[in-house]
Amino acid sequence: MEIYLPIADLPVNVFLVLAMGLAVGFISGMFGIGGGFLMTPLLIFIGVSPAVAVATVSTHVAASSFSGAVAYWRRRAIDLALALMLLAGGIIGTISGVWLFTELRRLGQLDIMIGLSYVLLLGSVGAMMVAEGVRAILRARQGKPVELRRPGSHTWIHGLPLKIRFKQSKIYVSTIPVCVIGFTIGFIGAIMGIGGGFLLVPMLIYFLRVPTNVVIGTSMLLTLVTMASATILHAATNHLVDAVLALILMVGGVTGAQFGARAGQKMRSERLRLLLGILVLAVGLRFAFDLIVAPDDLYTIRTLQEVR
Amino acid sequence: MRSAVQVRCLEHLPVKLRHFLLHVTRGLDPRVLLPRLRGKVGRDLDCRVKPGSDLGQRSAKYVLVFAVTFSLIALSATRASAERLVSSLSSHVVQITSNFTGVELTLFGTVETDQATVPHNGSYDVVATVTGPRESVVTRRKERIFGIWANADSRTFVEVPSYLEVLSTRPFENIADTETLRREQIGIANISLPQQIGPDIADVIPNDQFRQAFVRIKRERHLYGEIANGVTFLTPTLYRASIFVPAEALVGTYVVDVKLFADGAVIARTNSAFEIVTVGFERFIANAAVDYGLAYGMATAMMAVMTGWFASIVFRRD
Repeated sequence: MEIYLPIADLPVNVFLVLAMGLAVGFISGMFGIGGGFLMTPLLIFIGVSPAVAVATVSTHVAASSFSGAVAYWRRRAIDLALALMLLAGGIIGTISGVWLFTELRRLGQLDIMIGLSYVLLLGSVGAMMVAEGVRAILRARQGKPVELRRPGSHTWIHGLPLKIRFKQSKIYVSTIPVCVIGFTIGFIGAIMGIGGGFLLVPMLIYFLRVPTNVVIGTSMLLTLVTMASATILHAATNHLVDAVLALILMVGGVTGAQFGARAGQKMRSERLRLLLGILVLAVGLRFAFDLIVAPDDLYTIRTLQEVR
Repeated sequence: MRSAVQVRCLEHLPVKLRHFLLHVTRGLDPRVLLPRLRGKVGRDLDCRVKPGSDLGQRSAKYVLVFAVTFSLIALSATRASAERLVSSLSSHVVQITSNFTGVELTLFGTVETDQATVPHNGSYDVVATVTGPRESVVTRRKERIFGIWANADSRTFVEVPSYLEVLSTRPFENIADTETLRREQIGIANISLPQQIGPDIADVIPNDQFRQAFVRIKRERHLYGEIANGVTFLTPTLYRASIFVPAEALVGTYVVDVKLFADGAVIARTNSAFEIVTVGFERFIANAAVDYGLAYGMATAMMAVMTGWFASIVFRRD
């Protein structure tokens, strides 16, 4: 069944988009991530312009992180104070990200920047995750106990001023790194159309020593607010959010996530991390391929303004 | 002086036409009038009236010019009244609904003749040019910069047709000579696609790289096209053509300009138009996104939250 997307301005098959939503939802449920970094490339692949894809996926990520956040809220697994502090940086990051997005689009360099960001970010993060996953599996094979990164050892981050005590997370850290992390996630999210969960979770664990039981819920709350504000800002400045496309993706996404979560519980966590690392790396390499290989057509056209 | 010349050279014309010509040319300098009329008729004819003997040399030139002019008018006037072109479309409003995948419209019409029509040696040719709403488009060229392919050079096409389809009975070069095709803007190569060049806006030569790339991409998307046998004559005077508009076409007014050619010249023309409109939900969404961006964004964000909340209720396990 073909449906016409009003903003993306092209007809798509509803079942194809729904299936994409389900597949990405399954993966996101399995790994506990938003899935934006998979959805944006998939939409670009079916012909949606990168700009519309990025803007629309932020809506999709907002929906999937909300359903996740509700579940964690019920379990009291969200550090509200930490989330609010991250948000202070996150909102500013989102606003700056949308501003840069608009500027790059005007200059005609948006698509290349989206591609480059994906290569750099997913390439490095994916490589680290794969290396880490392989090491963990090898250690398990050799019968050694899995190394647990216990919080305790202090780094230079803990020496920064303006310290605040976050009761639920049982940490006492400076507000500066918290705001910087929030800003980074908001900024990257607005430009790349990703929630940034796969970045935020390790950052909170390694830099701030946030305990794992509150880290995912807190990260989902941050993702929800940054992505919802990215949706509003993209809609208000660039008119690029396709509500129809977003709705189909969301319905598929939240459904797929439920099955993915069940499948994920049956797998061992180090194997799961390795799989996610491979996935992230593969998407990064796919973007690198597009940038390096000579394009079929050197020319592209884009409508600046319709004369009414 | 002028009126004396006019009366003499118009003697062979019917009374009504003579009066009409005297009326429309009154007070006009022949130096202004002549190029205008020549542009309309498009061919030169023999001078049929000799200059008045009582006029000076300079004036005699005017008389000659005027005489030529009037015989031109006389001829073109009889021609224009000979054939009339009538056309219509199968539909004048196309509605874009949720399952819109493009539309095919039929253009049909007749060449009307009367007893006064001079028979032609060859057959008629019809060229229909369909022009969509105008848009400004930037065309960019990628170049290798530090090993990656990035957009480097660009050109902006200003207010060019978003859709352009040229349908004809035969290949253009068989219908008229290059000069006529250029003047009548027949075919994509002859249609003006102005570019922004610094502070100026000007059309470039047809084989300009950016112009060619722009036209090629538009053709690949079926938004530009030429169909050399797109118009068919069902009878010697009844013609029809199919106009295909793809799903990506912009909303707005599409003008169909139909020209009738005989013996390599335009002898009649007519216009028709259709409108592409979005209706219902799609129209609402598309308009809201542009006109009320902030409210639209908030509504979409709310929709995301509601969907997430709904999912958390439906799939609640604890």
